[in-house]
Amino acid sequence: MGRIAMSEVDYGDVQGLVRFGYSHLTSASYALLRIKNAAAAKVWIHSAPVTSAVAIKPPPQTALNIAFTASGLRALGLPDSIIDGFSHEFRGGMAQESRARQLGDVGNNDPSKWLWGRYEHEPHVVVMFFAEPDRFDSFVESAKGNTWSDAFAPDVIWLGTSNLNGTEPFGFTDGISQPQIDWEQQRQTPCTQLQYTNIAALGEFLLGYRNEYGKITDRPLLEPDAASAVLLAAADMPAKKDLGRNGTYLVMRQLEQDVREFWKFVYKRAGGNLAEAGQLGAKMVGRTQAGDPLVPIQDGPIPGTDPRTIRQNQYTYQNDPAGVRCPFGAHIRRANPRNGDFPERELSAFKKLVIMLGFGPKGFYDDLISPVRFHRILRRGREYGSELSREQALQPAPPNESPRGLHFICLNANISRQFEFLQNAWIANSKFSGLTGESDPLLGNRQSLPGCPVTDNFTVPGSSSLAGRVSGLRQFVTMRGGAYFFLPSLRALRYLAET
Amino acid sequence: MTPQSNFMVLASIDPQREAELRQLLDSMNRGPGQVDPNNSFVPFAEFDTLHFARFIILDDKTTEDLRVYGLTPRSYPLYLAFLGDVDGDAQAFLGKLIRRAGKGLGRIFSCCEGFASDADLLTWMRQHNAPAIAAYLNTRGRTVRQIREEAALYEALESYIEKNADAFRDLPPRELLGKLQSLVESEKSAGRLTLSPESRTPLGWQIRNLLHMIGLPLLVLIASPLLILIAPFYIVALRRLEKTDPEVCPMVDQKYSENLSRFEDHDVTNQFSAMGSLKPGLVRLLTTIFVLKTVNYGARHITRPGRLGRIRSIHFARWVFVAGTERMIFCSNYDGSVESYMDDFINKTGFGLNASFSNGIGYPRTNWLVLDGCIDERKYKEYLRRHTLPTQVWYKAYPGLTAVDLERNTRIRQGLEKAFITDEQACEWVALL
Repeated sequence: MGRIAMSEVDYGDVQGLVRFGYSHLTSASYALLRIKNAAAAKVWIHSAPVTSAVAIKPPPQTALNIAFTASGLRALGLPDSIIDGFSHEFRGGMAQESRARQLGDVGNNDPSKWLWGRYEHEPHVVVMFFAEPDRFDSFVESAKGNTWSDAFAPDVIWLGTSNLNGTEPFGFTDGISQPQIDWEQQRQTPCTQLQYTNIAALGEFLLGYRNEYGKITDRPLLEPDAASAVLLAAADMPAKKDLGRNGTYLVMRQLEQDVREFWKFVYKRAGGNLAEAGQLGAKMVGRTQAGDPLVPIQDGPIPGTDPRTIRQNQYTYQNDPAGVRCPFGAHIRRANPRNGDFPERELSAFKKLVIMLGFGPKGFYDDLISPVRFHRILRRGREYGSELSREQALQPAPPNESPRGLHFICLNANISRQFEFLQNAWIANSKFSGLTGESDPLLGNRQSLPGCPVTDNFTVPGSSSLAGRVSGLRQFVTMRGGAYFFLPSLRALRYLAET
Repeated sequence: MTPQSNFMVLASIDPQREAELRQLLDSMNRGPGQVDPNNSFVPFAEFDTLHFARFIILDDKTTEDLRVYGLTPRSYPLYLAFLGDVDGDAQAFLGKLIRRAGKGLGRIFSCCEGFASDADLLTWMRQHNAPAIAAYLNTRGRTVRQIREEAALYEALESYIEKNADAFRDLPPRELLGKLQSLVESEKSAGRLTLSPESRTPLGWQIRNLLHMIGLPLLVLIASPLLILIAPFYIVALRRLEKTDPEVCPMVDQKYSENLSRFEDHDVTNQFSAMGSLKPGLVRLLTTIFVLKTVNYGARHITRPGRLGRIRSIHFARWVFVAGTERMIFCSNYDGSVESYMDDFINKTGFGLNASFSNGIGYPRTNWLVLDGCIDERKYKEYLRRHTLPTQVWYKAYPGLTAVDLERNTRIRQGLEKAFITDEQACEWVALL
């Protein structure tokens, strides 16, 4: 079977957010828009100063990226025959009832209660503005230009962000672990990966390239004509034009965090001791507030680990199989179990066969988690609201305190296999890794399920002693809005603007 | 040990009464995918030996796929299937079922062809029995009763531990085990907990099981000279087919897929029903039979309890030919969402998936029967979703419990009942709590 020759990535065609988090641009805001006039919207898109993934020195002082929901593409006039080439979950949207059930968006998280993105009321477009603080306002004004108000309905929702210097609102260092994209497409897939690696195939994060299965994800392929001439050819079907190529899907969720409730709860459960509260908080997150993992780092390198973050990232849970150091249910262990394809890291072909046939390790907790390399996401979110320290959080809240939280953004080429799997099978799942009666200690909705009345526990396994169980966890995080977007390539943006 | 068995009643639906039947089945639910376990037609909850049950209308939308071979598909009647997995003998169960729910079942089956209101229901159901060619069950011998008793045991232990958490926290595992053992004993004698001893395995079943265990390998052995003779021809034929059989994996219709989702994720366990036509020709038919007989044999005599290969999330599953050998259904009960189910199979048991499903028309191209195929993940998922049928009525006897939960609870009970336990075993046992 011949391999498809893969050309180098044209960074100039990829929106910058895929390659950069723009962390030096500390001011950012996301505008959720509805298209009022498709023709004017196209004019605006055509002239918008969209930032590409080309690395420039010094880095840019401003950046702008654009993404569309399925209804946004429809509002722009893209025919259904083309939209039907996008994935089911993108077309269906995040707020569909069945999907909400899967994602844990029930109870207080129910889409009907969202501030934005409610079913059949989703935004059409998100425009993401990034700039240095003193340039931000002028950048937004100039980027909006003359056509903005003709193009978009006036009821724009502006999601502002704040710069908490690399911590999320609960006070934990965030954004430490990210997969490293194999831009050079050197990764040999679909070979079995016995070791955890932090390198992910390009096709996991960019449409039109090989993914971890060595395959290319579905996306709309168009017949070549005058309009589609601007697009690149599909790598696997050169006769077709690839609307998805160099684009990806963007998942956005506004997660409001009740920082006071979180620390009050943890403080109380720690017997009113601030230091112990810090330790319990760390168990729930899986890292200390400073960002250090709860398991020791390993000697050997992990491919794709940024040398600057070795102290915080060169580890797996291989030597913590019982979750004694880092509980199974800790947030970051759920979100990235750091495993390989098999329960053991070194295997002969014979042993592999034995495991495949079901005669591998017999322990109750062995081999319960799916291989993580098929479920990675690239996180690009930003915080909102003001900073609140652990000590401040324990004080009574002033009246009318403004909310804080995370505008969670992640990028992935296959929403159902990456973001949705992670959210459903690992974060929200009350049965993750042999546990029962608990979901993510930070994100869980604490809703009961049929036959499973309690989901608000958190288990801290002991070393040859009874596990500690923290019960009665509150809902610390509430969904306030969300949607699935398509983040097109720059060529695809031109196509959308010109047809 | 009480062995489990299963039944499937398969009957063609009277076209005049399809709408009525659909309405009737819907009325057994509180909402899509949420059965009323005490519904008036078949009050499933009243049968304490019934693990899972479902009613499906076998509305296979893919029969036209046969045209990729230049053949014209027959027009099939629409079938109704009623399936159940039970403790003990399935025929005995049906008798019990009819005594309690005969009227409701009669109403349902009266929408099928050839059902006379004065006919004997049990005889009719037996006549319409469709045996599985292969069946898997998570743990043979684990009865509904045992599952419920062990779940109650787990609950009791948890609440006792919660009340005494401070006193128990630093106890050495053996001591803790001892304390909990005496708690369980006193709860048992107070009548608050029951842990029924295992029943005796029926002798007839033991003999049949032994004959099956020896019989199939013996048969293969006897036939081996012939098998060796035809093997090269078979391999050449299969390889040729593998290279030419067309794939039919278009993106499934959005509305169809969204409708399936309405029935899913109401419990930690989900139902799965899929249907399709076999690729034409003797090679594919024989391959299917051989593979599924092997799966069946392995599931019955070789697999470790709780594990299908590396997969630990399947409660019951089976493959059944639908009226003849042209079409099949596959029905399973699995934990988690359909996405994680498909990923688990692709990543952990892709070879088995390919061997057993690649004889269906349109399956993503395999290599040597077990390679590639489902590794083409997107194609495979669209293929599977397109062949999935909405399951009109689905019952599970123990909502909220996954197969892994059941395994934990059984391990906890076994630890409690063990006469001697090492320090290491005591440690492992305590980690289950």
